[in-house]
Amino acid sequence: MTSILTADGIPLKDSLRKAEKGRRVKAFLLVAPLLLFVLVSFVFPIFEMLFRSVDNPVLAKNLPLTIEKLQKWDGTNLPDPETFLLVAKELLIARENSKVGKIAARLNFEASGMRSMINKTVRKVRKYKGNDYKKALIQFDKRWGEVVTWKVLKRIGQRYTGVQYLAALDLKVKADNTIGLQSEERRIYVKIFLRTIWVSFLVTIFCLILAYPVSFLLATLPLRISNILLIMVLLPFWTSLLVRTTSWIVLLQRNGVVNDILVALNIISEDGRIQMIYNQTGTLVAMTQILLPFMILPLYSVMKTISPSYMRAARSLGASPLTAFVRVYMPQTTPGIGAGCLLVFILSIGYYITPALVGGRSGQLISNFIAYHMKSSLNWGLAAALGTILLVAVLILYWLYNKIIGIDKMKLG
Amino acid sequence: MAFPPYLGIGGKIVHYSFIIFCGFVFIFLIAPILVIIPLSFNAEPYFTFTEGMISLEPQAYSTRWYSDIAKNPQWAFSAANSIIVAICSTVLATFLGTLAALGLSQSHMPYKSAVMGVLISPMIVPLIISAAGMFFFYSNIGLAQTLPGLILAHAVLGTPFVVITVTATLTGFDHSLTRASQSLGADSRKTFFKIQMPLILPGVISGALFAFITSFDEVVIVFFLAGFEQRTIPRQMWAGIREQISPTILAVATILVVVSILLLTTVELLRRRSERLRGISPS
Repeated sequence: MTSILTADGIPLKDSLRKAEKGRRVKAFLLVAPLLLFVLVSFVFPIFEMLFRSVDNPVLAKNLPLTIEKLQKWDGTNLPDPETFLLVAKELLIARENSKVGKIAARLNFEASGMRSMINKTVRKVRKYKGNDYKKALIQFDKRWGEVVTWKVLKRIGQRYTGVQYLAALDLKVKADNTIGLQSEERRIYVKIFLRTIWVSFLVTIFCLILAYPVSFLLATLPLRISNILLIMVLLPFWTSLLVRTTSWIVLLQRNGVVNDILVALNIISEDGRIQMIYNQTGTLVAMTQILLPFMILPLYSVMKTISPSYMRAARSLGASPLTAFVRVYMPQTTPGIGAGCLLVFILSIGYYITPALVGGRSGQLISNFIAYHMKSSLNWGLAAALGTILLVAVLILYWLYNKIIGIDKMKLG
Repeated sequence: MAFPPYLGIGGKIVHYSFIIFCGFVFIFLIAPILVIIPLSFNAEPYFTFTEGMISLEPQAYSTRWYSDIAKNPQWAFSAANSIIVAICSTVLATFLGTLAALGLSQSHMPYKSAVMGVLISPMIVPLIISAAGMFFFYSNIGLAQTLPGLILAHAVLGTPFVVITVTATLTGFDHSLTRASQSLGADSRKTFFKIQMPLILPGVISGALFAFITSFDEVVIVFFLAGFEQRTIPRQMWAGIREQISPTILAVATILVVVSILLLTTVELLRRRSERLRGISPS
């Protein structure tokens, strides 16, 4: 069989394939600049940051020989005198490179008190003239004579570690190298994760309860009126988050507008003013209002497409208004409910600004703790571990959203 | 919504309580935004309505908090920063985002959904994680605490909005128009600028406005990436709320509300124009 040829004598198939390939390259070239920009300045930095949760370079880099020696140590008795000599020498080298602060800080995350131990040792080793470093170190700080201290050194000396993930789940490696719960006062993150999920869940439910009737109203009203009402939904959407958070502070604080109205109406007394802000209530109220448009818009766009004739048919077949609504109308709105709930939940689980400003102590969510470890305690490893857990949760939810609704269906405004 | 004649007394009660409930939800949505407008004209340094304000006495109102803004150079300085960062990052995001959307909407685009996933990711990842990642990245390349660093960071955040709005405009695009133009002798550049561009322009502009408001309103990235010299309006407000909340904040907030009303109106007008142009009946 001879293949069909184009005018220039090339087989038509090849010619078509070439044209097709040309178009694919052209389409890809259009996308390439943005793809490169996002990959280099966004995706890659995030992975690099999250990598810090397993990366553990401080001791492995600054006390390399000690750590190497400790890997061979059996962990039952104190290490041999040579190890003591190595740690003393390497601490002095670290001092010259001004890395002692880093080492001390890293060890202190693990066992509080080790910072002072390291600093004290470095100070005294400098003046030490003898050769029996084992005796000397134990004399400088008696913790050098404890097997536990060396075990900590050995463990923290590992180049890569899962320790931060244990810490993020309120677990720790105990002195005998088994995994156990953190001490009571350090057990906070599981509680914060659960609180974040609980607050996000409540916000989602509140949004659904408030949004469903409103979306129904918007979908059934004549277009002229519903367009005006829709502006009232979109305006908060476009207003600065800080503006809305500010107004909630103004409204809800002890001497704020809501308390004033309640006092004026004699519902509460002058000294019975309710604390509605700087606690979890404040976070809940403000977040519900801020995220409400994200629930109304998907619900409305689904409800708009539901033909009223289904309800009429149900009514004419003898269903009561309630039955018709619950059995015929509501099932048709499930895609909108799914889209809205997932969207609100995804957004609230990573919320930072509002809880930070109106949350007080009891309203802080996981993002606030990530920020705290990034900016204040500088425990970047733990921040990265908490961040990874949060990101994985968000990506799973997002994957669900994409499966059920599809990102290309996402509508803005 | 007219009453069906068969509606009984119970039905009417349900109907009215439904309307009242919806009314409350609308108040819940809009009141927090509107309440700060009169409060920003309070003559006293309180965050609540004074008796004078309620009885509409003129001396209870003043514009002193607005002149406070004008007097404090910090606000003008942050406003300048905000506007520079927002405009530059919007231009960058719009340019890159529109190009990408043009590529993505072609049926020949390889790995479409994977690429789309990456391009949308700045919108999905919680801001605090993005901020932490960018903090290390821009510190390493020496752009932390500089305006260009902030502009690039905000541009990334803005691109998903441009990609989404422009792609949405292009899905309704009638490709026979470009073919007609080409068969009438226009080259592909002329076709793009004379035929395609005017039709997708509304989508491009509303994407740009989304990118603008994203940057203009953003505070978490600023918090991590900007030093004192790069303070923006939201950062300044944040400091004001955290440290000493003064009614000046309310005046600033009122100005921002007016800005957002203007932006919203523009986007709505554009959306309707776009739908009219593409022959989709307004819905």
